[in-house]
Amino acid sequence: MKPARPAPPKKRDWSWRSQALRSVLYQVLALALVFSAGYYLLGNTLENMRLRGIKSGFDFITQPAGFGIGESIIPFDSAESYGKAFAVGLSNTLRVAVVGIVLATLLGTLIGIGRLSRNVLLRSLCGAYVEFFRNVPLLLQLFIWYFILTETLPTIEEALRPLPGVFFSKNGLQFPVPVWADSHIFTLAGFGLGLLGAWWWGRQTRQHFEATGRSRPVWLPGLLLVMGMGLLGWLAGGSPAALDIPEKSELNVVGGGSVTPEYMTVLVGLTIYTAAYIAEIVRGGIQAVPFGQHEASAALGLSRGKEVRLVLLPQALRVIIPPVTSQYLNLTKNSSLAVAVGYPDLVSISTTSLNQTGRAIECIALIMACYLTLSLLTSWYMNAYNRRSLLKER
Amino acid sequence: MKLSKLSTLAAAAAAVVTLTATPAHAGKTIDAIKARGQVICGVNPSLPGFAAADSQGNWTGFDVDICKAVSATVLSDATKVKWTPLNASQRFAALQAGEIDVLSRNTTWTLTRDASLGLNFTGVTYYDGQGFMVTKKSKITSAKQLKGATVCVQSGTTTEKNLADYSKAMKLNMKPVVFETQEATNKAYFTGRCQVYTTDASGLASVRNKEATNPADHLILPDLISKEPLGPSVRRGDDEWFAIVKWVVFALIEAEEYGITQANVDQMKSSSTDPVVQRILGTSEDTGKLLGLDKEWAYRAIKAVGNYGEMFERNLGPNSTLKLPRGANNLWSKGGLIYAPPVR
Repeated sequence: MKPARPAPPKKRDWSWRSQALRSVLYQVLALALVFSAGYYLLGNTLENMRLRGIKSGFDFITQPAGFGIGESIIPFDSAESYGKAFAVGLSNTLRVAVVGIVLATLLGTLIGIGRLSRNVLLRSLCGAYVEFFRNVPLLLQLFIWYFILTETLPTIEEALRPLPGVFFSKNGLQFPVPVWADSHIFTLAGFGLGLLGAWWWGRQTRQHFEATGRSRPVWLPGLLLVMGMGLLGWLAGGSPAALDIPEKSELNVVGGGSVTPEYMTVLVGLTIYTAAYIAEIVRGGIQAVPFGQHEASAALGLSRGKEVRLVLLPQALRVIIPPVTSQYLNLTKNSSLAVAVGYPDLVSISTTSLNQTGRAIECIALIMACYLTLSLLTSWYMNAYNRRSLLKER
Repeated sequence: MKLSKLSTLAAAAAAVVTLTATPAHAGKTIDAIKARGQVICGVNPSLPGFAAADSQGNWTGFDVDICKAVSATVLSDATKVKWTPLNASQRFAALQAGEIDVLSRNTTWTLTRDASLGLNFTGVTYYDGQGFMVTKKSKITSAKQLKGATVCVQSGTTTEKNLADYSKAMKLNMKPVVFETQEATNKAYFTGRCQVYTTDASGLASVRNKEATNPADHLILPDLISKEPLGPSVRRGDDEWFAIVKWVVFALIEAEEYGITQANVDQMKSSSTDPVVQRILGTSEDTGKLLGLDKEWAYRAIKAVGNYGEMFERNLGPNSTLKLPRGANNLWSKGGLIYAPPVR
């Protein structure tokens, strides 16, 4: 018998027929095609615009805007730049998106749990809520809420005055706000210390519980701590109590903080619509938890409320979080419908800029960049949270 | 060749072809119109007096009549128009993209629009100004009393900028509420969300007539806070089409100046001895040839819609529901601003 010859060394075959070469070549070609398509589209557009005398470029960002904005948390004047106008629009979008996400999550979770209740009335009501608000287009819902708010509320001359200094009318809800004095820093510092103290107390309670099995109250002492430290800080700062109270002027009510009907419409409309979707996701998540968990918690004698809160929801989280992330992104993007009811969000201000400067492509590109950034940030944070709540298998 | 080699080469060839392709160019508008057999006209979706469709889909209005005159001139038929309703945000994009041939949509002629949007305004057909409308109940009689008022405006118009300028100059601190569509803006004002409605004065009259449950309850303030010269516009890059649309309007104005009306144009064509009238109607010399049309170009325009004065009276003046006075829109010889270069 001949001794087995050692296998010849494997040579990387770079001939025309090798798979390695073909795969690299196809990938390079595909990439080149995509880039050349993009280059062609962009080049064609810019060339056509130049030929027709349509100006392009982002230089309009520093020009004075020339238009006013109805409501904003940052003071804005028509002499400030388009860039600042865009920033105001973005802040308005964030204002409605952040509050909307928080409220929609709370409402949606409650309704989702309500749909699994043993109480027939509660179950039916939650079911009806979901079926109605999920199936009516959002734009129509916004129009309905706007119609209700502007038709049923009285005009500013006959505004409702539930409390002194509070006006509720077609112009929205106007209320007194404290005037910022420098010594309010102490109040904020007090709140900050109180929050730290509450967090520390929570940690101590958990460690004590894990060591001895006895639980201590957490929420009430924490709340008292935050309020107490805030109060101490306020007193230390000389108790600045100046309030900006809304007052009737000739035509309007000036002063104080205000929440316009446009903001209320967009917030309420978005919250109720998205909560219907989140309710279904939460319900699905809870039903995805294995039935053995329910039997085990029944065996332990947990009430239904404790069972949902301590056993089912935490395990349902890993199923709930990815679809709920999509709903958060939907809510943020749906806030662009605000322009139909007159709320000056990013899209509304960008449309105004677009019409005044004629820079359609630049303005749309800016809107897309803003929404893309917001969405990526939201989904990045939610994915990080999702990873933390995954079941860790050993 | 093997299939893998062939497909690889095909992919490479496609990439090379797209890289060397040249940008697409705009064609000549007049040729496209004649080939298509229609003029595509961008108009306001609903502004009675300027452009409105009835329940059968027939469009009437001042801006509509201009397009009808252009169509009669170019295609010998005032009905060969495709009407494209456009809101304020869409109108310039539609013109730039070539979806419409002419924009006759109560659009104000401003420097920004003329210089940076790639279009040319062919002239002013209506001299307007921005005004305010308030309810009589509010007891406001002058724009200077509007301190701190909430104002409904439509997005995408010169209105927002004028409002901000005026508010700043007069220190009125007015708060705008901006809606995308005219319907939403109207509704917000008439339900009382805003105390003031602002747009061009002609638009105010039209909206009050159309939407108010009782037009007498609303007052259009006499102050005009801006100049709003309204006129049709066309794309840049086509000087012949630009000249045609421009001169159709001038011909209608010249017709009023020389007493040619829709009723007497045939009789004037056959029997007038005034050399100016003969030139306009094409009996003595052919001015249309220079525009790329025939000698009866102005005759067809006047026969289709009448002269400028008739167009105004039918749509905006005493024979209409708006009953706007001629004011600045009268002929120059009667104290107004309407003046056409001579057709010769």
